[in-house]
Amino acid sequence: MLNFRDPDQKPLVLMNNAGVRRNGRWLVRGVEFSISRGEIVTLIGPNGSGKSTTAKTAIGVLKPDEGWVERKPGLKVGYVPQKLAIDWTLPLTVERLMTLTGPLKGREIEEALHSTGIAHLARAEVQHLSGGEFQRALLARAIARKPDLLVLDEPVQGVDFSGEIALYDLIKSIRNQTGCGILLISHDLHVVMAETDTVICLNGHVCCRGTPQVVSQSPEYLKLFGSRAAKTLAVYSHDHDHTHLPDGRVLHADGSITEHCHPDDGHHHGAHAEHEHDDHGHADHVHGPDCGCGHQSRLQGFGNKETRRV
Amino acid sequence: MFDDFFTRALVAGIGLAITVGPLGCFVIWRRMAYFGDTMAHSALLGVALSLLFNLNLMLSVFLVAAVVSLLLLLLQKRGALSTDALLGILSHSALSIGLVMVAFMTWVRIDLVGFLFGDILAVSEADIDLVWGGGILVLFAIVYLWRPLLASTVNPELAEAEGLQPERARLYFMLLMALVIAIAMKIVGILLITSLLIIPAATARRFATSPEIMAVLASVIGALAVTGGLFGSLHFDTPSGPSIVVAAMGLFVLSLLPFGRKGEIETAIHSTHGGHH
Repeated sequence: MLNFRDPDQKPLVLMNNAGVRRNGRWLVRGVEFSISRGEIVTLIGPNGSGKSTTAKTAIGVLKPDEGWVERKPGLKVGYVPQKLAIDWTLPLTVERLMTLTGPLKGREIEEALHSTGIAHLARAEVQHLSGGEFQRALLARAIARKPDLLVLDEPVQGVDFSGEIALYDLIKSIRNQTGCGILLISHDLHVVMAETDTVICLNGHVCCRGTPQVVSQSPEYLKLFGSRAAKTLAVYSHDHDHTHLPDGRVLHADGSITEHCHPDDGHHHGAHAEHEHDDHGHADHVHGPDCGCGHQSRLQGFGNKETRRV
Repeated sequence: MFDDFFTRALVAGIGLAITVGPLGCFVIWRRMAYFGDTMAHSALLGVALSLLFNLNLMLSVFLVAAVVSLLLLLLQKRGALSTDALLGILSHSALSIGLVMVAFMTWVRIDLVGFLFGDILAVSEADIDLVWGGGILVLFAIVYLWRPLLASTVNPELAEAEGLQPERARLYFMLLMALVIAIAMKIVGILLITSLLIIPAATARRFATSPEIMAVLASVIGALAVTGGLFGSLHFDTPSGPSIVVAAMGLFVLSLLPFGRKGEIETAIHSTHGGHH
């Protein structure tokens, strides 16, 4: 893994206790994280947990109602929104889409389309693209402008499994080539494991965070990545059984530990039912031992393993 | 055949068509057809107010249309009623208040039909100056605002994230619409303004390969419709405003005929229809 991070350099984005409120309800509160050059930060969490809101606040589309967000002056953002429907009445080729928010040289467009593997579609109308091709086009558009920070809101939606892997490989290579910071919103937890520097789990607030890199490099852990389901579950249990430490230390799914986290430290999920996330009314939530990310167990396909573990 | 009034009508009409072409494209891309209609209907309220307070007609129409569009933005933010319902309320309320006010003002006699359906054959030299002067202003503004407007049409958050200002572009767009309505009222009338915005743009879609080409084509097609409509109205002795709209519709129907690229016709019919609501 290339290291673009320079401890002396200021982060691209720094969020400090940021919260966004709409109609008297906090969409998300107490968000704290930073993204530096070359760093991939992934936000995960259930629907309505404030992932998109957090990302939009980070890049200044939404203003925080409390706390503050600091962006590097002149920060250039490349954004791939979660939903993008282009009306049929708008004639837009892939090539024209590239220069939507700013002018580009022909060579830059070609390079971006080439690196996303859709150079042959340059003159195709975007309405005629498949889901995967369209996502690639959007990604090409975002990287063509050579951003300091790339923000990808669920970039693999509507993409089949092999296309998904390819897209994530691409995201990784973009980071490695350009050294830009990447803020990724994902529900694909196995990819979270594979490429992310920091995972932040949200459910209206930061539930837990970790550095899955260490975990993903351990051979025992990689062995669990036999099938996609195993990957997902493995990451899931990693993230949500044992990342409840204040400093965000993590635990292997096979029971071994990373850094100083320990399975017998009393943070095991036996007490899961006692801290359902629904009662998370406490705004000044501390990410302490009791912060079980219980919401995740409501996600389909995740619950079984949970039960077995308990 | 080319009476002086007819030439003036032609020059004014073509000027207007060229002006509204690009604006009309944004109206259909942004699915704002009904919105344009609402602003246009509110023009009659502007007419009534101008008579009541002895204001410049065009200025008061512009102001009322601008206020109605801002009012809609505010109501939308409250989010209680759907935009559709809000538009329905604003549109017909403004039109009716205008009609009622005019009826109360027994001391003035106005040509209501002229305002509702236009009176292009009565345009003066001064009107022509206004249409072309205002039109050039609108076109320059559109060129200047093109990138933020187009980007925020695709996705406002994307535009904002990447350093454009979609809210500001949207506000200017509303003001341009209000200006165009004030200019166009005399030529095609309050009830038919949106048709001149939408129909040429929808016709242009079939032949356009980029947003820019579509904007230019919409202007050209609009100018053709004005020319055809005016000659038709002279030949068949029909009202000029509706004749222009009928000509525009004729061109639209022609654009749907299956020649050139096949297989797009059904999509065209389907999507254009959907885009109007």
